[in-house]
Amino acid sequence: MRGAWGHAPWTLLPVGVVAAVTVLPIAYVVAQAGKAAPGQAFALLVRPYVGQLLLGTFALVGGVTGLSLLLGVVLAWLVERTDVPGRRWWGLALAMPLAIPAYVSGFAWLSLTPRVEGLAGAIPIIALAEFPLVYLPVAAALRGLDGALDDVACLLGQGPWRRAWTVVLPQVLPAAAASGLLVSLHMLVEFGPLALLRVSTFTTAIYSASELEFDGAATGVLSGVLLVLCTIFVAAEMRARGRRRYARLGSGVRRAASRLQLGPWRWPVLLVLASVVGLSVAVPLVTVASWVVVGRSSGLPLARIAGALSGSLQLAGLGSLATTAIGLLLVLAALRQGAAARWLERLPYIIHAVPGLVVALALVAATLALAPGLYQGVTVIVVAYAMLALPLAQGAIRAAFEQAPRGLEEAGLATGRPPWHVFYRITLPGLAPGLGAALVLTFLSLLKELTATLILVPTGTDTLAMEVWSHTSQMEYGAAAPYALLLVLVSGLPAYGFARRLDRAGAA
Amino acid sequence: MSAFLALRGLSKRFGAAPVLHGLDLMVDRGTVLALLGASGCGKTTLLRLVAGFEQPDAGTVTLDGVMMSGPAGLVPAQRRGIGLVPQDGALFPHLSVGRNVGFGLPRGRRAVAVEAMLDLVGLTGQAGRPPHTLSGGQQQRVALARALAVEPSLLLLDEPFNALDAVLRQELCRDVRRILKARDATAILVTHDRDEAFGLADQVAVMDAGRIVQVGTPRAVYREPASLVAASLTGAVLRLPGTLIGTGVETPLGRLPAMVRETLSDGRVVVVLRPEQIVPAPPGQGVSATVLDQIFLGPRATVELSLPTGSDPLTVKANWPADRDYAAGADVAVAVAGAASVFPVQ
Repeated sequence: MRGAWGHAPWTLLPVGVVAAVTVLPIAYVVAQAGKAAPGQAFALLVRPYVGQLLLGTFALVGGVTGLSLLLGVVLAWLVERTDVPGRRWWGLALAMPLAIPAYVSGFAWLSLTPRVEGLAGAIPIIALAEFPLVYLPVAAALRGLDGALDDVACLLGQGPWRRAWTVVLPQVLPAAAASGLLVSLHMLVEFGPLALLRVSTFTTAIYSASELEFDGAATGVLSGVLLVLCTIFVAAEMRARGRRRYARLGSGVRRAASRLQLGPWRWPVLLVLASVVGLSVAVPLVTVASWVVVGRSSGLPLARIAGALSGSLQLAGLGSLATTAIGLLLVLAALRQGAAARWLERLPYIIHAVPGLVVALALVAATLALAPGLYQGVTVIVVAYAMLALPLAQGAIRAAFEQAPRGLEEAGLATGRPPWHVFYRITLPGLAPGLGAALVLTFLSLLKELTATLILVPTGTDTLAMEVWSHTSQMEYGAAAPYALLLVLVSGLPAYGFARRLDRAGAA
Repeated sequence: MSAFLALRGLSKRFGAAPVLHGLDLMVDRGTVLALLGASGCGKTTLLRLVAGFEQPDAGTVTLDGVMMSGPAGLVPAQRRGIGLVPQDGALFPHLSVGRNVGFGLPRGRRAVAVEAMLDLVGLTGQAGRPPHTLSGGQQQRVALARALAVEPSLLLLDEPFNALDAVLRQELCRDVRRILKARDATAILVTHDRDEAFGLADQVAVMDAGRIVQVGTPRAVYREPASLVAASLTGAVLRLPGTLIGTGVETPLGRLPAMVRETLSDGRVVVVLRPEQIVPAPPGQGVSATVLDQIFLGPRATVELSLPTGSDPLTVKANWPADRDYAAGADVAVAVAGAASVFPVQ
């Protein structure tokens, strides 16, 4: 593989572009903070307000991550390791919260009772939206667990509960740790539901400093702190993934693990599963749907809804195409040996550390300074989308690349065909599943994207996410509902397909 | 005397498919028994019933006089005191070698026992290593040490040498036998590999389609197979048509002494020989066979012969001393050494 493309100079081009765009937010933060006098920057940094933000942010990160881990691990264990009835169905249902953006479920709960405002409400609501990120990888790890380990531990005298603790849990710990860190990172950069539920974190503070108070220095200082926090979590996540070593030993066929017989306990277990699905999927869906009915009395603005739908589809579609194309180039470029390749492996994680809000603010500043003609155009928002979704795309494409049999390309080149022909006929078809997954994943996440969209959306374009946002922040629940419902339905389809694929991949 | 492990009338089905049919098997204390059968014959299911991972639909499992599975109730797997060495070892990947071996031991006597077990399996001083740094053979040794550390009354070995190459397999097989015998352990080895079964076991139980078709010493099951199925499961066979007359059988290769069972009467039978019974005949004797091919191996040669068995010539690969050159196309006189097994025509 390396021989085929590794030395083509054009493969370095996307690297340069992406690196430049990655540096942009950091440059922006430094430039903004630099506007303040030295003493002022320090004063902006060391003040009780920043301490409160730190406290609030950590409380949110800790609460949501802890609750997501608890839910994800326990539910995965119940579905994968017990004989609870309807396991396949539960497996799919528990992935469905992925299709409901946290700001939609936040809006749904808020419309039911204002008492969910504040941290105490935000933590469970957001955790119910985030736990599938823990559930899915942990369930996959449990499914991949060799049943023989459990058998051996059983014969060595350990009962089912002790085995869950000594054998099963350590096996899923790497997956749980990595996904827990991912959830933490999401919480650091989360914005929509926090603003709705009136929780103050760095992201909401940066938004109000920049968009409401137009305070460049405060924006810069707060963004700098957020960047540092994100970098710490990203570094921890990289370490956690690097240490995933609990692959199976040996080479034989593994036996599926036997499941714990629940007996009469299956009723409480079913109740737990049903409550989680009910609270995370049914309550938001039913609430939003009933607001659609309520709001219909004042007439549905069909033309406006259609406009928002088409705006969402267009922006997310363009964004996912661009992201997947760049992701493909990056994966190909990463085949180069040497330091550049090692940095390419890390690039998605590094990008991950840059909050969408900071990306958007930096892009606005850069466009205004360098190319005012592009300001509030489609190009800038597509660039922002590509930066935000690139880690997802690169992960999916890389996974497909690693599964493709080695040596196929050499065999193709050995037939004497030119490299572009081999690329087109052999490399690309092998990557097709990965490219498909990358398109779906990025499309799904960009449909829901709110933060960067709010700042960068092209003049005259409307999206479902923006409509939900603007109506809910004015407490017009009936008016927000049709857009929220459409958003859930549109993003539900790719989420369902993705969960099905994961399910089948695990079963095979 | 009653057996240490007694399986009586065991039946098990998964859905509509019956896997075991009223199976009986006795294993004496201190015996290593190999359960030899093709894949899918139910041997793994039998092992899992003994271990307690599955429950029989009918029949009983009795260990040292205590009923483990049966109408009287059931002892759960974790309280049976049975050890298991699974395929590929199944070492806990998150624990060191020492922690693996000590997994079933109370904390107090762990350190001493672990060192002793590692000495026994030839891995002295390796307690601190993570399992993934061990070779396949070493992993199996650790798995054996882990199973034996808790001093199980019965040890189950589930195709433990499957993933290993031939040389390592032989070496490990010999070591495992030495270790089991030194501890006077009672063990059941499940395998589809007859070399493994013969090399490790005192007794071989030949299993086919959910039943035990023969139990005996390795020599007995190989040389005196109880049925055509048992014969082909325990080694290569040559099948000839024949006519039984008293204690002899007429075959295309001449009249041979027969191992006759009392249930068989004179008349048409199926004659079974092992390939090594076809030997070069002394000058002027035997029947004439044609050499098809020869593979020279140094001291010996594999000679592929076409035997004069009438309309349906039988080919056999004989492993002969290479003191003569058996050129392809040449005729060579062959004789049959030893007695023939005879079975009724189906």
